[in-house]
Amino acid sequence: MERFEKTLDLLSSKPSIRYLVYGSSIVFFFALILVPPILGIILKWDLMGQIFENPSLMSRATSAIYSSFAIAIFVATIDLIFGLPMAWFIARGKLRWLDILDTFVDIPFIIPTVALGYSLLLFWSGSGGISSLFGRGLVSPGWLLIILLHFTFSYPVVVRVMVGEILDYEQLYEEGARTSGAPPFTAARTVTLPILKQGIIASFILAFARSLSETGATLMVAGTFENGPIFINNAKNLGYEGPLIFVSFVLIAVACAIFAIIKLLGPRLRMPVRKVWPDTERVLSGRGIAGLRDGVSIWIFLVLILAPSLFVVLPAVNALTSGTFGQAVTGAGVWSVYWQSLVLSYALGAVVTVLNIIAGLPMALLIARKKAGKLPSAILDILVNVPMVVPSIALGVSIGLFWKNFAFFPELGLLIFAHLSITYPYFVRAMSAAIERVNIDLEDSARILGGRPFTVFRTIILPLTKYSLFAGAIMIFTRSVDETGATLAVVTKLKTAPVLLVSWVKGTVPATPLDIGLGCGFLVVFSFIILLTMRILIRGEHRHA
Amino acid sequence: MPEVRLVNVSKKFGKIVAVDNVSLQVYDKEYVSLLGPSGCGKTTTLRLIAGLVDPDEGEIYIGGKLVNKVPPEDRGIGFVFQTFALFPHMNAWDNITYGPRVKGWDSEKTNNVANEMLEMVKLATRFDAYPRELSGGMLQRVALARALTAGGNLLLLDEPLGQLDAKIRLELRYELRRLVKDLGLTAVHVTHDQEEALTISDRIVVMRRGKIEQIGTPNGLYMKPKTIFVANFVGEANFMEGSVVKVEEKEIYVETRGGFMVRVFEKGFEKGEMIVLTVRPENTGLIKGEVKMKNCLFGSVESLTFLGSLIRYHIRLDNQDLVVAKVPISGSQFNINDRITVYFPPENILAYKYPEGGLRRELEIE
Repeated sequence: MERFEKTLDLLSSKPSIRYLVYGSSIVFFFALILVPPILGIILKWDLMGQIFENPSLMSRATSAIYSSFAIAIFVATIDLIFGLPMAWFIARGKLRWLDILDTFVDIPFIIPTVALGYSLLLFWSGSGGISSLFGRGLVSPGWLLIILLHFTFSYPVVVRVMVGEILDYEQLYEEGARTSGAPPFTAARTVTLPILKQGIIASFILAFARSLSETGATLMVAGTFENGPIFINNAKNLGYEGPLIFVSFVLIAVACAIFAIIKLLGPRLRMPVRKVWPDTERVLSGRGIAGLRDGVSIWIFLVLILAPSLFVVLPAVNALTSGTFGQAVTGAGVWSVYWQSLVLSYALGAVVTVLNIIAGLPMALLIARKKAGKLPSAILDILVNVPMVVPSIALGVSIGLFWKNFAFFPELGLLIFAHLSITYPYFVRAMSAAIERVNIDLEDSARILGGRPFTVFRTIILPLTKYSLFAGAIMIFTRSVDETGATLAVVTKLKTAPVLLVSWVKGTVPATPLDIGLGCGFLVVFSFIILLTMRILIRGEHRHA
Repeated sequence: MPEVRLVNVSKKFGKIVAVDNVSLQVYDKEYVSLLGPSGCGKTTTLRLIAGLVDPDEGEIYIGGKLVNKVPPEDRGIGFVFQTFALFPHMNAWDNITYGPRVKGWDSEKTNNVANEMLEMVKLATRFDAYPRELSGGMLQRVALARALTAGGNLLLLDEPLGQLDAKIRLELRYELRRLVKDLGLTAVHVTHDQEEALTISDRIVVMRRGKIEQIGTPNGLYMKPKTIFVANFVGEANFMEGSVVKVEEKEIYVETRGGFMVRVFEKGFEKGEMIVLTVRPENTGLIKGEVKMKNCLFGSVESLTFLGSLIRYHIRLDNQDLVVAKVPISGSQFNINDRITVYFPPENILAYKYPEGGLRRELEIE
């Protein structure tokens, strides 16, 4: 091992080898992540003409596209409206049970989205859920249930980001406002929120992208309603290649445009801070109003998010006490495929995680340390985000279109590339941010003391970013296991666990409600165990670091 | 009537007692400094007055009114933070007019007051600059203008000069006091810099470990420190341990290390009692050679430092104690290794009971 490290050390001293490593990471990114989806669309551009010849299909497609963006913008907006007060309550509250609330807020984030979709379907539409109080299904499958679902899984993202922003925020600014005579509401509106603007924009973008991209659980709750991803899935099943390429292209293009507009104009957005309504804002600062606001935030979280998210526990527990559990364990009936799918999901997650680390680390270093020069590194920094904002099913379609030109390309390879494309930006983002936080003086000191580039990386950068590396790995792993849209787009034979569960719910595979409940339950439990194990390992490393 | 009154105020953070049963009064138009080492509770005391933290016990009065339950925005104060806390998304003008705007003042009154403050702090030409475009000294002036424009009679300052370089600090120190006095405000100023406190304050409150050690005028604190800590923290001091060998009506005789006898004009001590003697370096007399006289010890010059109008001498006494003396440059000058007679005038020696935890512990700053 020592000889191996010494060899790498010597090699890293040579500029040509360093250029080769960084150059390879750039080539990898363009050749396998960014360019194939673009080329995939371009190569099949002429097929798009099919949709223009079919007005009713065109109308359906544009309606689906519009629905996707309308839902995403609406969901991201209500995420902010309801998530921000909750984040404030958690970050600034002094009650002891807030730690428990803080943990509960993460639950929808941790539950695989496909299990979340089924849980919400049962809660809002099923006979055993909240509907039992009203004697009928309260919310039928359709656009409203989609909004509730998207709100449920994107809300924790906003709360988590904003809690972090509020905790990092220098409270002195608010104290400056209060000691100048501003009541709490005015201080928050005119000082705190404008300073947190970047965080608010970032959480809006994350929630927007998450909603736009979601496919598997959306398929479960959509009924006959079509948004972009559902249209693509339906078109694929019916063999309508032209329409699905058209919708994929429009989703990708418009998503990129919206992202660019928000990134460019967002920082220029000026919040109204000059105008003040002293009397009204003093009333809004009162304890009664603040208590009401916190109460409403908690009520909305409990009733609209937590209860529906956890509802899947009931059928899972019922299944344990019925014969379903025995069938599951013996792999009888539908269960024979389930375990294969589960193994495929986790194995895929592991492979994608390892590939991301190998390919993503050099890119993260390149961006963080501007090794390619200031402008090229900035451009790379922007381009790396592209797969993150694009709906995953659209990305999957374009990737599939490109690689299927190579007939020998196996379905498993397509699956790996699709998951790699979707998860790569998350890892590079997390690692480049972590590397930027490492003071460059530390690296320079190590070099001056005689450390070669590989030694500096191994002994300085890696130990100081180990926590982020593990956290990034967890993020990729869970994202990959959860991923449905791109998987549906690129494969026909292979089925990951989320895809299988979607087919169970949609009835394309005959599974009972107890089968579905237990299937979701297993997915949740195994995901929890793996996450917990990885978190314990991270904490252990963090303590020793 | 006192403008600010604290009555038996205490504040804990977990197990740490930050402010321990503190009572003090700040009179109308007075400039008072809270002076002490880091962690002594001076900033917490200031924040208690501002309403930024709530007391666990005790009462706080501002202008005769009990303000324990009154939020900061209703206490009629201005606050200058150590790091200025200027709103980064607002320019200087918007920062300064923030207080009047949130209180609903009409625009004419707001503009008049803000212009007046900008003139007073000499920043009228930089009203449209953002905090990131201003130097440290300018940031401090904007922060001060913002606090003054808020309209209160009570100005609270938390180490307002701490972030500035030495020269600017010296300049702004005098300007700060002048502004406060010209505007007829009451000020409470937190600092760990004793020179700053001595220069600008009407009275100083010396704090240590959450308690008040002594309150007094700068002269009073310097000349008559009530405790060993205050004698050490405010100015420089020489300390000698000894025991009382003779007690007379208005004086005592103390035997120090090495058997040297010192006469001190103090009373209230008993024969055989261990005590600590203190003399300021500028009150320590130096004579060349060994001259036999009362209240003197012999020693040699170990080092000297040129301070401009003064020279500081470190002298190693024959009993191995080290004393510091400051002598005007116009007087006699000595070289290293010169034999010296060190004379302590009895009227300039202060005596204290020997501290229970030992002298070293008592002299600890934090």
